[in-house]
Amino acid sequence: MAAARGEPNLVETVSQIEAVFRDVYGQAVATLVRVFGDITVAEDAVQDAFVVAAERWRRDGIPPNPAGWIVTTARNRAIDQHRRTIRGRELEREASEVSGTTLHSPDEAREQDEPVPDDRLRLIFTCCHPALCTEHQVALTLRLLGGLSIEEIARGFLVSEAAMAKRLGRAKYKIKAAKIPYRIPAKPDLTQRLKPVLSVVYLIYNAGAGELAERAVLRHEAIRLARSLVALMPDETEGAGLLALMLLNESRVPARSVDGAVVLLRNQDRSRWDRELIGDGLALVRDCIRRDRPGPFQLQAAIQAVHCSADTFEATDWPQIVALYDHLYSAMPTAVVALNRAIAVSETDGHATALEQLDLIAAELDNYSSMHAARAASLRALGRNPEAKLAYARAAEWAGNEADRDYFTEQADELAAQP
Amino acid sequence: MSQYLLSTYSVESGDSSEMPSSEDMQQMMQRIIALEAEMDESGTFVFGGHLHGPDAATVVSNNAAEVVMTDGPFAESKEHIAGFYIINADDLDAALAWAGKVSECVNRPIEVQPFAGTGRLADNMPDA
Repeated sequence: MAAARGEPNLVETVSQIEAVFRDVYGQAVATLVRVFGDITVAEDAVQDAFVVAAERWRRDGIPPNPAGWIVTTARNRAIDQHRRTIRGRELEREASEVSGTTLHSPDEAREQDEPVPDDRLRLIFTCCHPALCTEHQVALTLRLLGGLSIEEIARGFLVSEAAMAKRLGRAKYKIKAAKIPYRIPAKPDLTQRLKPVLSVVYLIYNAGAGELAERAVLRHEAIRLARSLVALMPDETEGAGLLALMLLNESRVPARSVDGAVVLLRNQDRSRWDRELIGDGLALVRDCIRRDRPGPFQLQAAIQAVHCSADTFEATDWPQIVALYDHLYSAMPTAVVALNRAIAVSETDGHATALEQLDLIAAELDNYSSMHAARAASLRALGRNPEAKLAYARAAEWAGNEADRDYFTEQADELAAQP
Repeated sequence: MSQYLLSTYSVESGDSSEMPSSEDMQQMMQRIIALEAEMDESGTFVFGGHLHGPDAATVVSNNAAEVVMTDGPFAESKEHIAGFYIINADDLDAALAWAGKVSECVNRPIEVQPFAGTGRLADNMPDA
């Protein structure tokens, strides 16, 4: 799109403003929830301030402290709009209790309107409070902290916009009615309360799997959230583990498919892996190992680190991977961990041993495509082609996306064509 | 300060083997007495009670200006409220912490529900 003559920077400015909005949304909402004690008032006020900012900034340029500008404008407008109502007087009182002043110009910097990084942490602990169901936790986190539109979130989770709006409405209602607190949990509870926060972030990342651009938004948002969690709570090693896990996963995305077709780890062009992400991920993993407080996310990150450190598939340190899966299984004894361990075992101890282990979890993971795919690969390697073909067909049946389904169907067809 | 209803349900199972022994009952009562003393000390306790079963319940309804009585509980279900506390708590975290203690005492799940209003309706009406 070409910019109109005479205002050459307009398009650029508009996209810059949009980027700033995205960047400051979570921070501004979080600060205003602290100021007003009400999520809906905070959200509406930030939307109002964005409308004002879009006008002003296009004319005068983006101010040096855009987050502070938005917060002050939003706060003033919320008070102004409600001034004549009881609610407005309450808001003004609540706001002045925090800031000790009433309305002032957004261009005069006031310390109390300075967004505090802690505000975002408070808000994420509210959004991921264990009294809310996981679906609601995810939706709230993406809306309030990620600043994603309801439409974007709905698309990411394959539900209608109306259904997503209803979900958010119900979650916000419960926060208000039940008085879910807006604060960072105290030290003894912090690690426990961080768990749902980290799983929500990882859920958001995994919901972003696949090639579509709207999915990538979810992955990038999850990484951004994890980066701020690590910056805000540097002592929580599981946060660093989660960030490393996602960065290392993300580094392989460019090599994971060619023209929409799946490329297995074994066949990936490793020169297409993102070295910068790998560097960041490995540094985090090394730091976690040094601090020696392992947990499930750190162990999963360490496994990915071993994969990302190998120049070729054959050069992978498989015994190290199996050992890490043993640790992980003792921390998280799930069938999915056992499945991934068995896949690694096929590289160290051969397919016959791996298959024995896979058969133990086959019933439990019967509707899990990766289990059937792993069995299929081992059966084929052992020359048991008819069984391998059936297993690939089962994998295709349960595949979570088009590309995977195509790949499994192709493998089944290939085996069917052989004698 | 908000108020919350903490309630526990009894489930009709028709299985008398689930009845706790008298020794267990004694211990449970000691735990409850200690917990209620803790609630009193912190200004948490508002009201509480232990209810008779659904067989003792009667439903009263107003049908075309005539008051009608029906024997039994309002909702036909296997679960009935067995007992409850109404507590004062700063926020949901505080209420959940008390619910955790109650649950530990009585070995049953506790439902936590915030009150939208308490006391007399007239006291809850907005000034306008």
